[in-house]
Amino acid sequence: MSASHEHTHPDTLNDEIRRETGVIVNKCYQCGKCSAGCPVATEMEYPPSLVMRMLQTEDPLHVEKLLKSMTIWLCVTCEMCLTRCPMEIDIPSLMDFMRQKSYRAKKTNPQAKKIISFHKSFLDSINYTGRLYEMGLIVDYKMRTGAMMQDVAVAPKMFIKGKLNPVPEFIKGRKKIAAIFNKVQDKKEGKL
Amino acid sequence: MKVGFYPGCSMKGGAREYQESVSALAKVFDIELVEIPDWNCCGATAAHNLNKELSLSLPARIMALAEREGISDIVVPCAACYNRLSIVKHELEADKSLSKRVASIIDLKYEGTTQILNIIQFIDKYITDRLEEKVVKPFDYKTACYYGCLLVRPHSILKFDRVEDPQSMDVLVKKAGGDAIDWAYKTECCGAGMSVSRTDTVARLSGNIMKDAVDRAAEVVVVACPMCHSNLDMRRPEINKFLNEKIDIPILYISQVLGLAVGLDAKTLGLNRHMTEVNLPVKPAMEVPVASEPKKVVNTQKLEA
Ligand code: SF4
Ligand code: SF4
Ligand code: SF4
Ligand code: SF4
Repeated sequence: MSASHEHTHPDTLNDEIRRETGVIVNKCYQCGKCSAGCPVATEMEYPPSLVMRMLQTEDPLHVEKLLKSMTIWLCVTCEMCLTRCPMEIDIPSLMDFMRQKSYRAKKTNPQAKKIISFHKSFLDSINYTGRLYEMGLIVDYKMRTGAMMQDVAVAPKMFIKGKLNPVPEFIKGRKKIAAIFNKVQDKKEGKL
Repeated sequence: MKVGFYPGCSMKGGAREYQESVSALAKVFDIELVEIPDWNCCGATAAHNLNKELSLSLPARIMALAEREGISDIVVPCAACYNRLSIVKHELEADKSLSKRVASIIDLKYEGTTQILNIIQFIDKYITDRLEEKVVKPFDYKTACYYGCLLVRPHSILKFDRVEDPQSMDVLVKKAGGDAIDWAYKTECCGAGMSVSRTDTVARLSGNIMKDAVDRAAEVVVVACPMCHSNLDMRRPEINKFLNEKIDIPILYISQVLGLAVGLDAKTLGLNRHMTEVNLPVKPAMEVPVASEPKKVVNTQKLEA
């Protein structure tokens, strides 16, 4: 039939979503169960079911709004939406996809800065030592965000309880880890 | 008996007592935990939020190292790590070309032959059969078992316990002599890794969990994840401020509960390391041997009278 025709029309965002995450956006019938169970829906501009609806419209303006939203960064990947969705739509993977896309296109919401800084400090620690070094993470995160006072209160108590290591543990294969970071980074898009 | 062991970063730092209690418990049951040599962090939320290939490669390296050592079972007590490792194993199984690509990124052979066990699966496979005979101090408390998200979801991949009202931890607590209560927040999210970057969100979500537990008279909440633990334990001042209440019940790891029941002392199990002090009252059941526990007899007499 028109197989050749199907392959010639350009790849839409929803095609890309389907290929990368397996999610078929149009399967959502707007029952709202995902938003009802989502623990952070009340803090999001667009709760998960609305994200689905916006994508269904294929309106570039909606896509732009999503990429610049706080919604995608507020999602904590708790997997509740997927668990309760009657159509088994993998919203958590879709959220991962949107975050990565927003981050690469440098469209991240300014208010998400703290969350993203935390992720970056976290990955830096792994890149450098092979593991997460909690004390280093906190210091690095504070430097990035300037949020100096917050959390200072628990640090001494953690230290006394033996929960904070004063020195990082370096794994032997940390060069191997650095090589992994190098390989997964797209040269054009710059450092993670 | 030798079992591969992936502690993850938090068990080396903030959740040191989880490692201490898992190791002590394994020792009681003659299980040797072999730490995967030169393991790296699994990348957690940060990796899958920012870069998909990284989020696949970090866990894959861990499993590849285990394979190289000939390890077949890996116990992963951190629910967050367990979730990442299981998902990556699943994704690489489903997509052979992706699996090849990841193997080339990590520069190691990856077959996907290791079994990933969470703490409860590990206990069930290696300990549960011998648990009851070793209980010397029944954990006689009203206990709320908190599973969180990452132990049970997504079910299609983990295929572990029921998603809405899981029972596996409740069964263990009962075998340890505890009263596992029925409650509504077993698998509600506590706010996960937002503890530092969105403390208010964590206070609200964790607050609702703690409120339901105490409203149903729980004396203790039991968890199987360092992240759940730090949100419910370390964030207690913020939780209490959010609730405008003073909740002081402790949060224990399941390994600590079983450890106490088989007679290990509080220090060995790291109970002193929690932020919310653990001062559980001594109950009569803990002083008499289990076999001659008189409580049930008294109850029937009352019913008959
Ligand atoms: S639960 Fe599923 S079908 Fe219902 S609105 Fe959400 S995504 Fe759509
Ligand atoms: S995975 Fe994200 S969108 Fe889905 S319920 Fe959890 S927080 Fe909400
Ligand atoms: S989930 Fe946490 S503890 Fe587990 S390896 Fe990753 S960072 Fe480390
Ligand atoms: S409850 Fe919280 S820490 Fe625990 S698994 Fe869910 S998000 Fe993680």
